Amino acid sequence: MLEKIKDFASDFFVTGDPLIYGADVSIGLAMIAIVVGLTYFKKWGWLWRNYLTTVDHKKIGIMYILASILMLFRGGVDAIMMRTQLAFPNLEFLHPEHYNQVFTTHGVVMILFMAMPFMFGLFNIVVPLQLGARDVAYPFLNALSFWLFFLGAMLFNLSFVIGGSPDAGWLSYPPLSELQFNPGPGQNFYIWGIQISGIGSLATGINFIVTIIKMRAPGMTFMKMPMFTWSVFATCVIIIFAFPILTVTLALLFIDRFAGAHFFTLDGGGNPMMYINLIWMWGHPEVYIVILPAFGIFSEIVSVFSRKKLFGYTSMVFAMLIIAFVSFFTWAHHFFTMGSGADVNAFFALSTMLIAIPTGVKIFNWLFTMYRGRIRFDLPMLWTIGFIPCFIIGGMTGVLLSVAPADFQYHNSYFLIAHFHQVLIGGVVFGYFAGMYYWWPKMFGFKLNETLGRWAFWFWNIGFYVCFMPQYLLGLMGMTRRISTFDWDTGWGPLNVVSTMGAYLMGVAFLFQVLQIAYSIKHREVDTTGDIWDAHTLEWSIPSPAPEYNFAVVPVVDSRDPLWVEKQRRAAGKLPKNPPKPVYAPIHMPKNSSIPIIMSTFFFIAGFGFVFLWTWMAVLGLIGVAGCMIARSFQYDTDYYIPVEEIEKTEASIRGTV
Amino acid sequence: MAQHSTDSHAHGEDHAHGSLKSYIIGFILSIILTIIPLVVVMNHMFQATATILIIMITAVLQFVVQLFFFMHVRDRTGNQPRWNVMALIFGLAIVLVVVSGSVWIMAYNGVGY
Amino acid sequence: MAQAVSQHGHDHDHSHDHGHHDPQEMKLLGFWIFLITDVILFGTLFATYVVLHKNTAGGPGGAEIFEMPGVIAETFILLTSSFTSGLAVLAMNRGNVKQLISWLIVTFVLGAAFIGLEVTEFVKLIGEGHGISASAFLSAFFTLVGTHGLHVSVGLVWMLLLIIQLSRRGITDVTRGKINVISLYWHFLDAVWIFLLSVVYLLGVM
Repeated sequence: MLEKIKDFASDFFVTGDPLIYGADVSIGLAMIAIVVGLTYFKKWGWLWRNYLTTVDHKKIGIMYILASILMLFRGGVDAIMMRTQLAFPNLEFLHPEHYNQVFTTHGVVMILFMAMPFMFGLFNIVVPLQLGARDVAYPFLNALSFWLFFLGAMLFNLSFVIGGSPDAGWLSYPPLSELQFNPGPGQNFYIWGIQISGIGSLATGINFIVTIIKMRAPGMTFMKMPMFTWSVFATCVIIIFAFPILTVTLALLFIDRFAGAHFFTLDGGGNPMMYINLIWMWGHPEVYIVILPAFGIFSEIVSVFSRKKLFGYTSMVFAMLIIAFVSFFTWAHHFFTMGSGADVNAFFALSTMLIAIPTGVKIFNWLFTMYRGRIRFDLPMLWTIGFIPCFIIGGMTGVLLSVAPADFQYHNSYFLIAHFHQVLIGGVVFGYFAGMYYWWPKMFGFKLNETLGRWAFWFWNIGFYVCFMPQYLLGLMGMTRRISTFDWDTGWGPLNVVSTMGAYLMGVAFLFQVLQIAYSIKHREVDTTGDIWDAHTLEWSIPSPAPEYNFAVVPVVDSRDPLWVEKQRRAAGKLPKNPPKPVYAPIHMPKNSSIPIIMSTFFFIAGFGFVFLWTWMAVLGLIGVAGCMIARSFQYDTDYYIPVEEIEKTEASIRGTV
Repeated sequence: MAQHSTDSHAHGEDHAHGSLKSYIIGFILSIILTIIPLVVVMNHMFQATATILIIMITAVLQFVVQLFFFMHVRDRTGNQPRWNVMALIFGLAIVLVVVSGSVWIMAYNGVGY
Repeated sequence: MAQAVSQHGHDHDHSHDHGHHDPQEMKLLGFWIFLITDVILFGTLFATYVVLHKNTAGGPGGAEIFEMPGVIAETFILLTSSFTSGLAVLAMNRGNVKQLISWLIVTFVLGAAFIGLEVTEFVKLIGEGHGISASAFLSAFFTLVGTHGLHVSVGLVWMLLLIIQLSRRGITDVTRGKINVISLYWHFLDAVWIFLLSVVYLLGVM
């Protein structure tokens, strides 16, 4: 009996690597600390009522961003470990198998569990406020999306301590990811972690499309919508068309592994190349999914901090929509070397080059917005200015890669690694950081410390170039991606040392940011105006942080920069000094619900059952999911009204402190 | 009271949600469009290309019939844009890209056996 | 009921006054967009089927194993159920709960018959050794047709739940919205089946 348990445990838990034991201990300690802390301060009820069961888009947004910063830490540690292993030739810091796991989880975590939730967090916090809405279209679904993402991410991360991590690369190409070559549960963790969080992403896409179509403030036509909201709209369009493809692709891979089907196997008529074809149909639009909101953020910031209107609003909108459309026509450039024939390669090379044009239009629009503006260099603007050169270089190396014949040289080399890190860090990460600094005061009512933020900014920027510029050269010297070590005689040693130093600089930068947040929470620079940046759009017309119902009175909009125009009118004396007392009406709000977190937990249980092929557990989880859906279907009492007296009280107490 | 209110609905929504007539027309058209390819295929009436063409054309036609007579894509409230039609057209375009793109790309990699 | 009327009466002023829309109409739009994502999902499965359908690994192809009588029966059953679900909506618009529920039950029975026939077909194929793991063609076939069957099954359970809710609450604004949504879903599944019939079965046996 004891032997049996021992056997099971040695299979079940990941063993053998001292690094993992260390991580086990620290994870255990952190969890104990959280539980003890919550119990000691008697915060469980508060947590449950205010966060775990909330349907408030602002709180959901905060939880998204919190989770994504945690994931940034995890993915960052993976990156540091890889760079450490590659610092010198023939190092034995990570075993090759462990190295495979580390680069796989680094990619998955960074794209799907860091970038995506960071993006969704900003969507949640900003979009309803920019639209002048009380919430998103489907608040319940929104909460469900968050918990599906979160528990999907947790399921994926569980592979670190239980069962073993996936190790077939971030897109897990077959045949390596098939049962034949990868019999362990790691690959199943990959499939189910992404699948569960993917359902959440799809639901968020639908949710925000309907929100934007249906819940804009009166007078806000589509062409008066703030640019960030436009970018969210374009992104969500891509999400709803791309994510079903991912769902199917991963499902097919799982059916291969679970039911012995032959979609992507080497025998039985399967074709692994079909997987590569399908996954990139999602994968390429996915990179535009994460970059478009960053473009939206930069557009907002550039115009506010240049004290000008955004240059070329209409062209910005069309550029974004064209990018969204063309992004579905470029996927084959990820596998030019697969051998699909000259005509296929020519078509996809051209479409790839084509997509650089609207992107270039946007860059010029930002530059022209800054031109002759009175620029303020606060943190959001600093990140925006850091982004522009970085993204231009990254974009141009992308055009180099799009030349199909040349790509046979670049393919899977460090040149490619440097390229996509430059657009993803320089574009996406810088963009989301800019957004975080910009909207942080709106989220919490206080500003993040400027000095520490500048330290973080410079460490990130310098670290970035030190880390990735050498990698372009390494790629041209023939260093391929995913190798776990190299020999002295390759001559790659010096540049790798430099690259590793850059990675550590970025690690320091992250620590500065953590310090910055901690410091700013302790020494709050409280903002009482609600409009700390002298901004243009509706979210800044209400107090920071926004009250539960956002807008006591639904605003009426007649221009693209409603708040700015109103401020100008007021300054010109065109508006009455003391506006008449607003007339409140009862506000219709959704009720909190515990179903999202419970249902997602059942999804987690089902996913865990599928990972270990414990059918009883999977069935149990699925029954739970169905039960939650039924319970929700029979729930009719899902919303309530905030009475006028309460609105008056709340408004008086927030505005009273002004 | 229930009687009264439902009456007003029946009046107001007759146009919006289709009538018995439109459902019956749709049903009959669907049956016809199903029988045509069935007869053609089961009796091997034409060459391969013509058969494929007939199958696909009747399928698309029947899809259109379903859209108009059963799913009422023409409906709209007020003069709002037809978001559902736009979403559908874009969605169908993407499906076309997914299917034809896959076939095109995989044509060179078809390890058919 | 009174609420339902006032809701409709104010529909137009509402959209102009507050930018606040009829929640049922908003649900229908959201569900429509969900259906479009489902279109993509089926499109991807179709793409996989089309690419892999010749890879039979030496086993039988569609022409050898498809039995058309059953498939034709399935087609007409599903088509009729799509029609009856439309009749259910008409009954709802007339405010007749009893008729509405009876048409839903008819639709349910037809849907269940469809699933019964499909399961019989699958069981027979598997019994003859043409299971999902026999070849890439059969993997793609079972996954594509099975996904549609799964959708129909989910629709059946859902319909049952709605019948219970209708018998408890009658026709209200909320149940009306739910019926509109499920009838849309049901028509959609019928439309998908047309392409399954054409691409998988008809092109398979010709």
